[in-house]
Order: sequence, then C-alpha cells, then structure tokens
Amino acid sequence: MTAPELAAETTYRDALREAIREAMIEDERVFIMGEDVAEYGGTYAVTKGLYKEFGRDRVRNTPLSEAGFVGAGIGAALGGMLPIVEIMTVNFSLLALDQIVNTAATLRHMSGGQFHIPVVIRMTTGAGRQLAAQHSHSLECWFAHVPGLRVVAPATVTDARWMLKAAMADPDPVIVFEHNGLYNSSGPVLPGPVDLTTAEIRRPGTDLTIVASAGMVSKSLEAAEQLGDRNVSAEVIDLRSLRPLDRATLAKSVEHTSRAVVVDEGWRSVGLSAEIAAGITEDCFYRLDAPVCRVASREVPIPYPRHLEDAAIPQVHDIVAGAMTVMTGSLADV
Amino acid sequence: MTGPQTKLLRDMIRIRVFEERCAELYGQQKIRGFLHLYIGEEAIAAGVISQLTKDDSIVATYREHGHALIRGIPATEIMAEMYGKAAGCSGGRGGSMHLFDAERRFLGGNAIVGGHLPLATGLALADKMLHRKGRVTACFFGEGAVAEGEFHEAMNLASIWNLPVLFCCENNLYAMGTSLQSSESETNLSLKASSYNMPSWSVDGMDAEATAGAASRALDTVRGGGGPVFLEFRTYRFRAHSMFDPDLYRKPDEVAKWTERDPISTFSAQLTSAGTLTQEHIDRLWVEASQETQDAVDFAEAAEWEPVENLEDHVGATDGASVVLV
Amino acid sequence: MSETAPPPTATARIFKMPSLGADMESAAVLEWLVQPGDLVQRGDVIARVETEKSDIDVEIWEKGRVIAHLVEIGEDVPVGTPILQLGTSVESTDPISATPAVVAPSSSSTGTGPAPAQVRERVFIPEPVAEHDLPPTSEPARDLRASPLARSMASALDIDLATIAGSGPEGAIIARDLPFNSMEGTVEAPAKSQPVAIDRMREAIATRMARANHEIPHYHLERDVDLGTAMDWLERSNECVPPGERVLPAALFVKAVARSMAEHPNLNGFWVDDRFQAGDGVHVGMAISLRTGGLVIPTIVNADRRTISEVMSSLREMVAGSRSGSMRSSWMHEATVTVTNLGTNGADRVHGVIFPPQVALIGFGRIAARPWVAEEQVRPRPVVTISLAADHRATDGATGSRLLSTLAHSLEHPEEL
Repeated sequence: MTAPELAAETTYRDALREAIREAMIEDERVFIMGEDVAEYGGTYAVTKGLYKEFGRDRVRNTPLSEAGFVGAGIGAALGGMLPIVEIMTVNFSLLALDQIVNTAATLRHMSGGQFHIPVVIRMTTGAGRQLAAQHSHSLECWFAHVPGLRVVAPATVTDARWMLKAAMADPDPVIVFEHNGLYNSSGPVLPGPVDLTTAEIRRPGTDLTIVASAGMVSKSLEAAEQLGDRNVSAEVIDLRSLRPLDRATLAKSVEHTSRAVVVDEGWRSVGLSAEIAAGITEDCFYRLDAPVCRVASREVPIPYPRHLEDAAIPQVHDIVAGAMTVMTGSLADV
Repeated sequence: MTGPQTKLLRDMIRIRVFEERCAELYGQQKIRGFLHLYIGEEAIAAGVISQLTKDDSIVATYREHGHALIRGIPATEIMAEMYGKAAGCSGGRGGSMHLFDAERRFLGGNAIVGGHLPLATGLALADKMLHRKGRVTACFFGEGAVAEGEFHEAMNLASIWNLPVLFCCENNLYAMGTSLQSSESETNLSLKASSYNMPSWSVDGMDAEATAGAASRALDTVRGGGGPVFLEFRTYRFRAHSMFDPDLYRKPDEVAKWTERDPISTFSAQLTSAGTLTQEHIDRLWVEASQETQDAVDFAEAAEWEPVENLEDHVGATDGASVVLV
Repeated sequence: MSETAPPPTATARIFKMPSLGADMESAAVLEWLVQPGDLVQRGDVIARVETEKSDIDVEIWEKGRVIAHLVEIGEDVPVGTPILQLGTSVESTDPISATPAVVAPSSSSTGTGPAPAQVRERVFIPEPVAEHDLPPTSEPARDLRASPLARSMASALDIDLATIAGSGPEGAIIARDLPFNSMEGTVEAPAKSQPVAIDRMREAIATRMARANHEIPHYHLERDVDLGTAMDWLERSNECVPPGERVLPAALFVKAVARSMAEHPNLNGFWVDDRFQAGDGVHVGMAISLRTGGLVIPTIVNADRRTISEVMSSLREMVAGSRSGSMRSSWMHEATVTVTNLGTNGADRVHGVIFPPQVALIGFGRIAARPWVAEEQVRPRPVVTISLAADHRATDGATGSRLLSTLAHSLEHPEEL
C-alpha cells in the first residue's frame, strides 16, 4: 500500500478518464462511444482529449440516438469488443432502456449461458444543478431492479478510478452511475483495486448506521459530524454497489448499532431506500431498536428554482433529523 | 438431388414440416408460450441463408424457427428448446422465441420488435473495428419493426459507420393485425430505407431463387466494404400471427390469393416441369423432413427438464462459462 | 357464591406461583395485596413475593373474584404451586362481569335449554385459563410496545418487559430502557435455547473488556488517602439519620470523583475517532456487582452538581434496582467516567480496566486501619488506596497525578463537598 499522502490529488472526472485511458492502452478492444465524446470531450468532460490519443474510431461520436448506440454497444460487446458507452444522463437512458433491460440483461440467460455482454454503460445521475425535471432524476433503482445487470455508483475519486477499471474487466453489463455533483470533487487516488460488490464504511460509529450512495455520501458524512456534536456516533456506509447490494456489510453494521437511516436521492416510494430498509429488517430484525428511517427525495419531479430543488432532495439537516428520530423516537429536539 | 435448387426446396419443406408439427404440438400443449409460425415465408430464410458463410452472423426475430433450422441448428435441439428442455439450443431458457447457437453464430431469437437491429449494428461494428474482413451480420425483421425508432437509429448508425450489415425486412404486410397500409406513411419500404443512403430494393419473397439471388448481390456489396444493404422481401404468412390469433383482420380471399403463391408448391411445380426433380424426388423430401421432425419430437420428449436448483444459473459471470464471439 | 373456599371445581381457577425468571425456582409470598372477595382485573398486582434475587410484584392475567389464599405468608414454595384460588366472573356480583351469564337464563327459563350449570360450563369454562402452562410474561409481551432489540435483550437476560418503563416513541421500550444496556452491541439475538442472563452478561463484559485491553494503552496511578476526617464527618452527619438514609463512604467517593473530574475535564469524556471528546457533564458510572455474578454500570448524571445525600440515594436505588433487575432508563445515560469500589469486597487496591470509550476509571480499595505518618507521628488511620486507570492516548501521567491530588484533597476535606 502506498501511503495516502503520497497518492496524487486528482478529480473524480480525471480519475474516470484515467481509468478509461488505461483500459484503452491495455486492450485494443476497448473503445468509448456516446454523444459528443470526441472533440467536445463529453458533456462532463470525462473523455476530454482522448480522441487525440486514440482516434475517432475508438473515441466514437454518435448521433443523438440512445437506443441505437447503446444497442450497438451491446452488439459490439457481443461481437468481441469491450465498449464503454456514455449516456449523458440517466434521464436519456430511458430511451435505451429497452436495449439495456431487454437485451443486455437477458442475453446470457436467454441463450442458456452461451453469450455474455461485457459492456460498460456510464451515465450521469442526480440533482443539484438546477437542471429541472428532465435532467435531474435519480433512477438508479430502475436498473438495480434488473437481474443480469451490475449497478455501481462510485462516490469517491478512488472508487471512480478503480471501480470503472473493475467494471471494464467484468464480463457482464455494468451500469456506472456518476453523480453530477462529484465530477469536480477531488482527492487522492488511493491504491486499488476496488471490487464491484462491496460497500465501504466511510466513517465508523456505534449509535446508528447511515446508508448512502453517490451524492448522498458526502452529505451523510457531514450529517454524521453534526450528529457527533449531539453525542450521536453515526457510522456511514457508502453502498458503492447498488446491484448486488452488500447486505452483509449493512447487516454487520446494524447488528452493532441497532439503528439505521437510509439516505437516497431517488424518490422514497418503491425505491432503493425501500429495498435497503427491507433488507436490513430481514437481516437484523431482532437487533433493531427503532424502525429503519428513510431519508429520500420528495415525491415531486425535481423543480428548477434552487430553493425548491434543495427542498426536494435530501439535505444534511434532513439526514440529521432522520437520525435524531431514530435515536430519540421523536423530532422534538431536532 | 444435391443442387442448389434442390437444397432450397428441401430447406423450405423442412421448415414447413417442422412448423406444421409445432402447431400440432402446441395444440397438445407440448409447446407453450407464444408460437409464431413462418409458414408461407420459407423462401426468405432458405434463400438468404443459403448465401451466408459459416463466418457470418444471424440475428433474427421471434419468428425464427426456419432460420435456425436452415442455419444448421439440429432440429432435435430446436424442438427440445420449444419444449423447454435442458437439451434445447438455449438450454430451455428461451423457448420458441429465443433460439441461440453460439457455434453457428445464431444470435436469437429476439422478441422485442426492432430491438435487435441495434444489436446487429453493434455486431457489425465489432467486426469492422476488429478488421474481420468479409464477415456480414444478417438481420431479419418484419415490416412492423420499420415503425420502431430502433430501426431508424440502427439503419442510420450502420450507414454513417459503413458497417457490414444485411438488413432483411420480411414484409408480410401485417404487424400482428395492423396492416402496413394503415400504419406507415410510406409503404414502399425500400424507398424508406434508401433515405439512409444505403442500397435497398424489394424482392419477391415467395420465390426462393429470387431471395437467394438478391441476397447474393447484396452480400457482394456488403462484403466488399460497401456498407449496409437493405432488402425488402414481400411475403405473406399463411397462418395467423401466433397461435392465439383468430386472424380477423385479413380477408379470406386475400389469404387465398397469397396461398396460391405458396413458395413450396410453386417451386416444386417449377422444378418438376423443368425436369430438375421428379414428383418422387419431391415426395422423398417430404418424407425425409417428416422423419427429421419426428426424430426431433422423440428427442424432445425424451429430454430432461432442467433441475429447479439451477434456476438462477446464467444470470451473471459466476454462473459458468460462456463464449465471446471471435 | 360464598366467599369460603370451596373445593376446586370447574368454576374455580387456580393461580400458581409464576416463574419470573429462568433461574427462579421458588418464592415466598411476603404480602398479599388482594383479599378474598376482592375483584381482580387483568394486570393487577396480587402479591409481593420474595425470590432469591429480589422482591417482586406478581401480576395476575385474568379477572375474577379472589376466593382464597392458598399459601401462608413467608412460606417458600416452588414455582407452579397454587397460591390463589379465583372464582370465575359468573360468581361475581359485579354487574359487568356477570353480564355474560344473561346469555344462559333466557334459554333455561324456557325449560328447553340446557341446565344453567352446563351453560355456565360451556360458556365460561371452556378451558381453565389458570391451568395453562404459558408463562405469565408472554402475555404482556404481546401487548407491550418494545423494539425487536429490546425484546431480544429482555429475553436473553430474562427480564420481564412488563417491569420496564419505556422511553421510546409512545412509551415503547427500547434497548436503553433495559439494564445492561451499557453492554449493548454485544448481546446477540437469543439463541434457540434461551441462554441464561449471566452467560450473556459475561459474554458482554468479556467483549468490552477485551476491547479495552486491546485498544487502550492504560497507565495506572495510585494514591493513599487518610480518610480519618471523612469518616468522622460521615459519622457526625449520620447521627440523626435513620439507618436507611445514612450516607456511606461510597457516596463520598462518587461525589469527590465527580468534583475532581469537573476540575480535570481532560479525563472526563471519550476517545472517539482517534481524538478525545470531552463529556457534556460529569456523568459517573458506578460499577455494581451482582450477587449472581457479573456487573452493571448505571450512571449518575451530572453527579458533580448533586448533593452527597442525593448521590447516596441514587446509589441506594441503583444497587437495589440493579440487583433486582429493574434498572431505570435514567441510569442508562452514557457515563463519562466510571468508579469501581471494590473495598467492600476486601481488595486493597484496584488496577482497573477502562470502560471504552471512556478514558478513565477510578478504583477504591478497602478502607483499612493502617499506620499513617502525620506530624512526625505514626498513627493508625483509616486509609484507602485510590487508583486511576487512564487512557494514555488522551492524557499523560502528570494529568492523572493531578487528578489524584485533587481527589485526595476532596476526601480530606469532606465538608467542602
């Protein structure tokens, strides 16, 4: 292990690019395609400059044609390539949902295990940039619902670097969610590898477990700090993998703390938070000292004005409030 | 009895006999789920696939028993798949609509109308990027797919990237019960396809020699690096859309008119009158096909069911080996 | 129905000495709280009984009229012994409880129905409830609001949840309401065969103490203190006080520790996330050993702000409560420092193990007459050895040493406390 202080400081965006770059150097079958990934450098500049190094064949612009190019990525994977497909946002991925759910996720099974689809599909998710109701949603759970897919959401620079690498090495379709608020975040890239299945404890604690992913991890860590001021020791778990869910790590934590708050930027109803809460209840029922609390987005398409957007998605104070409910049974002293 | 014409006739008869038996087995509840028969359209699969090499790939629809059979997947494995037995060509996991065979580069059996066109495009993209010169992906689909966005997206991508795809539109005039006339603003499909700047033309889909000839010409273009080609095969299914379909949307005289153009009887008559084959020869083809089908049924009947313990196999990589096409 | 004791018939029921804990074998009625003729309701306390552990109130789980006491006061009887004879509601003169009887007479009055006795038997005595072998504790558990964890712990520790006051939402019992909560995190969900409480506690202590020894770099300091002045002061203070309210040296110790901790906040708090976190007050945990083995550590919140007699009464309640298994939720506050007083058990001095995440534990040994040099003379004085076990990550020896000095000064000047 390299000492953390020796690791280079970089951004989430650059860490993703480095993972792509490394894979493209290592294996000629790796290529990236999507809308404006070449000269433009990708909507979030993840692929910036790569076309100069690898050419437009391997850094391949596509028409605005999500079903077409996602399907082509799946086909290319079936044909022996190792494609990375970039979709601008999860909202646009719905145009390609048929390809992902009906083809990528099913082909291995439908063919009795004869074929597999080593495709990586990257997309941006999340709110927080006043992009309103067609560019701000968190639909991770739609994908996490589907057997045959792996779904990951790296929340740190290190995870961005190494989980994308692991995704590219995986023989099955992997959906990589990149929260739009994370691209500019920076930090050291700690040594890998990072696998695609385990959750990570970001902050140890003894009184309650906060489960979060992607953009909610940093908010949960901040909430945990504030809870510390109230003598509540919160453990924060970064899910990292949304499918499969690392129930063992969650259960181990909740066995210890007996209380859990699940933070989800997706909507509360029928969402990821419900799945996690149910899993915790199934695994830890006899250790629970309070009902599992969900802190999730309000039931509204994400609105444009800043104050309404902020109110719609979980904020630090919401997480603190949820935690205090779990700790005290009431919101009275929040 | 080994010339290309005989082979075309034999293949069409094999499909016909196999599928007639499938209909019977469906009635006996041996085959379940959806069953879409190709009866009447046999000339297309027989003709086009006769022009493909072993190295080419085929991506087909849920009406693909004939294509699978002509491609060389043993009738036994196809029938076992229709039964849902573990010995089926997809391990029993797919059934009638999802026939797969990696060895024969047969990539389904895809049951989302239009959904497999991007897949075919992607396969061709891989071939191009990996410099597998001369390989073609043949993609079969019905005219109903033309209304889907995925058709247009896939055609566009194949064209701008100059990919080796042969798009084979089997236009049987009805998307389930919806007629082409009532659902397309431009019913001349090859004209429509030509807007994607690729060679495209229409072919008599009831004539096996015509389909084979058109495929041969088109494949020359595609293999030569000329990019994708679109062929519209005008055909008709003699049976309803699926076994559940009461066929209320087609007039009996329309069906009768097309039935007169049965690709098997017309080609049989053509070959006997030309002296290429005798009626005895042809009768023998039917007997052989019946035997092949009977063997397939016997095989499927005797085959084992997959143990339920294996239910969650083939979902992810940990479930066992699979192949990457090379 | 007369109030004399009839022979047990189908219409009379028997209430047996309940099992109030897995290790309870017998008990003696100390006091009857209901008398023959009284109507009892479900949940009424009918008697106070003495068990090996403690005195316990016994509740009844059915209603009816008391017919007779079946055991003498003070008579130690095994669990399961009939202790009370109870009439069914039908014998009651209470109009409400008698109401169901109306069902029968209308038919019997016509002369075509079954005889009243049969009706009564059919309607009211389908199966004598008191004959059931269900432990009485299972009934309230169903009606109680309690978290799954609280239920698991109560079950593992043999605590009747009905004896616990809940502090959770709508009065739900949660883990902090239970004794031994300070061991939380180590009590596992109950195994199929119910382990006895003491094993669980042992396991909890083992885990916590192993962690302490593994993680905490302890340093230990000692100081002998002349308690002569303190003992005299106590004697004077206790002169006009009934025995039950007298202040014992332990209260002085706790109060002195609390006062000293307030002056040395670096020792009062927790080591969390690699840093010291000061306590939000001086909350003294008092290690109380149980007669059956094991220990619990109830907390006196803000002990530095309490008078000595308040501290003493807290200690008294804690000892009684801890040993009878009915701890109060207010005692479950997280302590910022722990005091262990092993002198009463005969030890001269304590080399304690810190209770994580706290950073200090203060031990008191036996108060014994020892030769003591003062004013160049050797005299026998009551002397106690105070020891400090402190976390070297949080403080250094000098800090600890200063704390002991302050503590010694306090004990030498009890009037200041």
